[in-house]
Amino acid sequence: MTSKIKDTFSEIKAENRKALITYIVSGDPDLETTLEIMHTMVKEGADIIELGIPFSDPMAEGISIQKGHERALKKGASLIDALQLVAQFRSSNKKTPIVFMGYMNTFESLGAQAFMAKAVSAGVDGILIVDMPPEESSKFSDHAMKNNIDIIRLIAPTTSLDRAKKISSQSSGYIYYISVKGITGASNIDADDVKNKVEVLQTFTDLPIAIGFGIKDAISASSVKDIADGIVAGSVFVDLIGEGNDVLNMVAKKTKELKEVLG
Amino acid sequence: MSEEIMPDKNGRFGVYGGRYVAETLVPALEELAEQYEFIKKDKNFLKEFRDDLSHYVGRPSPLYFAKRWTKLLGGAKIFLKREDLNHTGAHKINNTVGQILLAKHMGKKRIIAETGAGQHGVATATVAARHGLECLVYMGEEDIKRQSLNVFRMKLLGAEVVGVSSGTRTLKDAMNEAMRDWVTNVDDTYYIIGSVAGPHPYPQIVRDFNAVVGEEVIEQSKIQIGKDPDVLIACVGGGSNAMGLFYPFIENKNVRLIGVEAGGLGLSTGKHAAPLNDGKEGILHGMRTYLMQDDAGQIIETHSVSAGLDYPGVGPEHAWLKDIGRAEYVAADDQEALEAFKELTKVEGIMPALETAHGIAYVKKIAPTMSKEQTIIVNVSGRGDKDINTVASIEGIEL
Repeated sequence: MTSKIKDTFSEIKAENRKALITYIVSGDPDLETTLEIMHTMVKEGADIIELGIPFSDPMAEGISIQKGHERALKKGASLIDALQLVAQFRSSNKKTPIVFMGYMNTFESLGAQAFMAKAVSAGVDGILIVDMPPEESSKFSDHAMKNNIDIIRLIAPTTSLDRAKKISSQSSGYIYYISVKGITGASNIDADDVKNKVEVLQTFTDLPIAIGFGIKDAISASSVKDIADGIVAGSVFVDLIGEGNDVLNMVAKKTKELKEVLG
Repeated sequence: MSEEIMPDKNGRFGVYGGRYVAETLVPALEELAEQYEFIKKDKNFLKEFRDDLSHYVGRPSPLYFAKRWTKLLGGAKIFLKREDLNHTGAHKINNTVGQILLAKHMGKKRIIAETGAGQHGVATATVAARHGLECLVYMGEEDIKRQSLNVFRMKLLGAEVVGVSSGTRTLKDAMNEAMRDWVTNVDDTYYIIGSVAGPHPYPQIVRDFNAVVGEEVIEQSKIQIGKDPDVLIACVGGGSNAMGLFYPFIENKNVRLIGVEAGGLGLSTGKHAAPLNDGKEGILHGMRTYLMQDDAGQIIETHSVSAGLDYPGVGPEHAWLKDIGRAEYVAADDQEALEAFKELTKVEGIMPALETAHGIAYVKKIAPTMSKEQTIIVNVSGRGDKDINTVASIEGIEL
């Protein structure tokens, strides 16, 4: 089966550039703005959009994205809203892959099967459930596979070689390599360390590898861009949304800045 | 089915438990489980742990016959398991004494913990002081306000107390923040979780270190009662004191096990902290268990007069014991707990923690319905000194 994510990475590779994956929280600060931000990001060069699904207890997030979740929840944002948002986005964009990134409890409240069915009809391409390691994911993996939804998984600096092999064999779409031990928005990426780890991953998986956590500007993006197939930037956008000044323009500028580095 | 081997190798109690965490922590939890399996069979460790329980904690804690209270309630004989007499005033020290040895064995230099009422924070700061390790305790800002005495105690013990202002500013948010710290400093940091909650192997470790409570009760019952107790009662927030008391009795089905959750303003109001009574299955803090949550899967704010029970989840082994019908779970509301707090204080001269008072409140209900030949043992999980400000302010008294 083909997938939009796979096609996107093939295209990017053919153009000899790296993927820009941008993250925002669905419904932060409200759903209308999220939709506008998504279109703006695509216009300025985002290749894939990760849509954070707001959760009351986002354990892996740093303060920036925590606040994004809180703002979205205050407006009552939910997983169902996010699905509707994607359906709306798809009315004018059939191409850009959308990945839902969130926490297991919100997905479970809908049920694996019901969620996947809704995700397909809305036009979601992949899911990344932060607190769902392979050992705890059989139901979601089965239903995702049946519905041709990619399961993107995390590999961390602490992950052993054997475990990394197991994780990549149960992944599709791309692998999200966490650049630092820590939470989203962490600082101090050690580019040499990331390079060593990613090179090892590349010896046993053909999946594209995206690097995330701690990429916030042209400098940090350029430090890791040659290592992998793409980068993920999140906290920096969620901060701009939180500041609330001329959000669309600021997001456009930041997307452009990162895009220029990635070619 | 054998309860002996719970949790299974994946850390599950039936469908509950497990290890629902971000990838960065999975290897750390695997290592912890491995090290724990090793150390729990190690003679030197077991000797050191037992010695510490005897000479530092002051075990065994007495099983005390509450004669006047028994007479007042007019039914079953009531015995109190006096965990309030432990060093630092609660059962929480049993677990921290064990986990700090595990931390040292693993070569960790920095200790972190979450705390609600502050009892686990104090117990952690205490053992960190004793072993000369750096200690940092996360505590919700709401709890810092209502447990200022324990905050000061932790500071005196040399710990840093970090206020958590996210979410509901209580125990669950402190636990989120401790997890975030751990994931960032996983190389040199040991996270001492204070309840039978969190990802595998924590529910097992915390249960095993608290099981000394139930083991002593088995021996003490033989001598003081001459037979098994009929009913064991303990309050349940995360559920560590209850699990410690219940665990050695799980296979002895003559003994009824009753856990008492925080009914807050009343189960019917929805404003409580009783997920086993009025919650549904979900995933939080790395475990599958019963949770207080809304239809969209968001964790909802809990309500309880006691900070230590103000938690939207519960240990996965309790969820399993409920489902298989081995333990019963009821609730006592704020008002009932406050009345029980006062009654035990006046009648026996023993002031229980507000958490404990929920268990006491249920004894008041059930004892009069039982015969004089029957026996109840209730776990007095902690002492009430820390709650004096809370009780005074409810009564409109300024201290």
